[in-house]
Amino acid sequence: MATNAASPAHDDHAHEDHPLPHGWRRYLYSTNHKDIGTLYIIFAVIAGLIGFLLSFAIRLELQEPGIQIFPALASVLSGDGSIDAAKNLYNVFITAHGVIMIFFLVMPALIGGFGNWFVPLMIGAPDMAFPRMNNISFWLLPASFLLLLTSMFVDGSTGFKGFGGGWVFYPPFSSTAGTPGPSMDFVILSLHLAGASSILGAINFITTIFNMRAPGMTLHRMPLFAWSVLVTAFLLVLALPVLAGAITMLLTDRNFQTAFFNPEKGGDPILFQHLFWFFGHPEVYILILPGFGIISQIVSTFSRKPVFGYLGMAYAMVAIGVVGFVVWAHHMYTVGLSLNTQRYFVFATMVIAVPTGVKIFSWIATMWGGSISLRLPMIWAIGFIFLFTLGGVTGVVLANAGIDRALHETYYVVAHFHYTMSLGAVFSIFAGFYYWFPKMTGYMYNETLGKLHFWLLFIGVNTVFFPQHFLGLAGMPRRYIDYPDAYALWNWWSSFGAEITAVSVLVFLYVVWEAFSKKRVAGDNPWGPGATTLEWTLPSPPPFHQYETLPRISGGDH
Amino acid sequence: MNLRTMGQKFASSAGAAALTLVAGAAMAQEGYGHAEPGQMDFQMPVTEVARDIQDLHKLVLIIIVAIMLFVLALLVAVIVKFNEKANPTPSRTTHHTGLEVAWTVIPILILVVMAIPSFRLLTKQLTIPKGDITLKITGEQWAWNYAYPKDQGDFDFISEIKPDKQLKPGDIRQLSVDNEAVVPVNKVIDLIVTADPTGVIHSFTVPSFGIRVDAVPGRLNQTWFKAEREGIYYGQCSKICGKDHAFMPIAIRVVSEEAYQAWLVDAKKKFASAAPVNEFADNNSAAAR
Repeated sequence: MATNAASPAHDDHAHEDHPLPHGWRRYLYSTNHKDIGTLYIIFAVIAGLIGFLLSFAIRLELQEPGIQIFPALASVLSGDGSIDAAKNLYNVFITAHGVIMIFFLVMPALIGGFGNWFVPLMIGAPDMAFPRMNNISFWLLPASFLLLLTSMFVDGSTGFKGFGGGWVFYPPFSSTAGTPGPSMDFVILSLHLAGASSILGAINFITTIFNMRAPGMTLHRMPLFAWSVLVTAFLLVLALPVLAGAITMLLTDRNFQTAFFNPEKGGDPILFQHLFWFFGHPEVYILILPGFGIISQIVSTFSRKPVFGYLGMAYAMVAIGVVGFVVWAHHMYTVGLSLNTQRYFVFATMVIAVPTGVKIFSWIATMWGGSISLRLPMIWAIGFIFLFTLGGVTGVVLANAGIDRALHETYYVVAHFHYTMSLGAVFSIFAGFYYWFPKMTGYMYNETLGKLHFWLLFIGVNTVFFPQHFLGLAGMPRRYIDYPDAYALWNWWSSFGAEITAVSVLVFLYVVWEAFSKKRVAGDNPWGPGATTLEWTLPSPPPFHQYETLPRISGGDH
Repeated sequence: MNLRTMGQKFASSAGAAALTLVAGAAMAQEGYGHAEPGQMDFQMPVTEVARDIQDLHKLVLIIIVAIMLFVLALLVAVIVKFNEKANPTPSRTTHHTGLEVAWTVIPILILVVMAIPSFRLLTKQLTIPKGDITLKITGEQWAWNYAYPKDQGDFDFISEIKPDKQLKPGDIRQLSVDNEAVVPVNKVIDLIVTADPTGVIHSFTVPSFGIRVDAVPGRLNQTWFKAEREGIYYGQCSKICGKDHAFMPIAIRVVSEEAYQAWLVDAKKKFASAAPVNEFADNNSAAAR
């Protein structure tokens, strides 16, 4: 793709037309895609730290058999330090950890953060299509997050605080049968706000990508990251309303005596599971697809080669998105589905392995024959490819309903989805962060420290999650505060890994602080001739308004 | 965590890993019905279905380990062969139709190889044979109710976890219960699994039997097993159900036909004299669809 950007730096005269907003007004009232992207990233870091602390408490508790630390935590958080309060708080923590990591870390970082920052820059657009809607998309999120945090401190199950039914919110535990207190209502309202935020954001991305590409930027010349956000935005628009419907039905079951999910009045709890997973399965692709896009950009940049099989890569994402909508019940193999239903979902789920394999092999083929510079973002990308593949192949194991019967709701599943999410999606976030940090801030970080961050996290999370495969095969159920002593050994290792991971988090914060305090100037393009997308033609950081004269893209389609 | 205990952990993990890998079968032989310390693989199977699950898992495991090694080898190869020192000038190749067809078609073939035994296993699990005995199991917050039908004496009882203080030698913390369900060996046992209709979802599982099915209020789910070996087989609730989710284990004692008949006589006296402990035991089928 040859780019031909006409006069990218032009912010000098722009100041006369649009005075640059300053102080809190710049962010609270922001309609600028880059400022909003920055807000999303800061929000994701804060929420991610809270979500990490929750999981760190979980791992500390599980390091030894017995119940050790949650009574003290319960005493601090709810004033009740009894063992029962501790057991309840543990469930509240695993629930909040899941919701926070999905809705307030991965989605804001990948879609809100990098999507807002780089989709307009990559397609040659001056901003998003609906700048004010972009503002409300972001500002709904802190409100949503606040509601979720509040839910942890109001009445839930009888006698306890907070909702502890897991991020899947299955009734009747999430209806008044299991959680009579209002904490679940707070969770529902929190999700409604987060969902509305994401739907508005998704509409914005679709409109921007379809209507605001620079002259010559055909869909088939568009960088794969923009493709990934486009597919993700469609998944959001189609999946989130189903979640909204399901939790609204739950809300009326809880408060207005409807009986969608209440078996005593002829409702069916399994209906909720179908609705939830019709959203929930596309949701996991929503979490990983933008990561796929980021990895494609990075692999191409640092191999100094165009992406191998560009069309295959783009349409593999479309295929994953489409098939992702028809596999939901593989989360429900044990609820009592008929033989034929389970056969269908086994078959459909296995199909997803094919486009996913296309992506893995295309990344490797992109590197093949390249001239690879092992800069920090590339190391994260290679780490991603390996770990995501590992998480992917255990997904093939679980796709088989017959085997899943033995592994469902065990730590094997926990290991599987953390390899794809905690090691896949999060590694892609860090890859993107280190790739675009110089562009976003204008500063270069210390690469050696960044490599230390990578290796500590790589070793840490593998030590956390690899032994969990053993625990799951041996039969240890998930969401357990205490376990038979036979599982002690690998739980200890898993928790030890969490301690290494905690160190890596501190290193990450130091890397960012160091970069901002040293102020090493990064330059427009620190990555060399492999970085061919439009954002590298702009100064670092880019001007407040870019492309007042639109760039023209020439060169053949893929 | 002090350094000494850490050292012990390192030593014992290495030991466990070596034992399980090198002499895995021999070590696990001792532990029927529950996991052994440091276990890295499935619990010992005592039904045909559980053995089939493990056989299929072995097949899939071999395939996925091969795929992982292949991807790892490719990644190492590109890093060694195509780093900027070894290969300063990148190629511009972006298409290779043969390659792209190959990495689409070969995975499909692998999946077909996997799907055939997978579908066979699924059919075996979900085709419920006519049982010699049918038990009804009801999940409650936080215990299991086992109901024996009329032809076995018409009684039911609650099975709860033994608190740590009441554990006797031979009991297992977190797994042992006050009243185990008892079934005869080599008989087909059909299970009807549901939950308290005013309660929440639980999930009934016994890893050694290769069974797991959710206990859903208002629904009757079915599964089956035919245990081929006497012993006690444990499981744990597998659907989050509140504060004592981790404290409602499942314990099934498989005994000889004679011992079962003797137990039935005692159990009838012990449990049938009282009114049904579980108020839902008799009217559940009306509530369920």
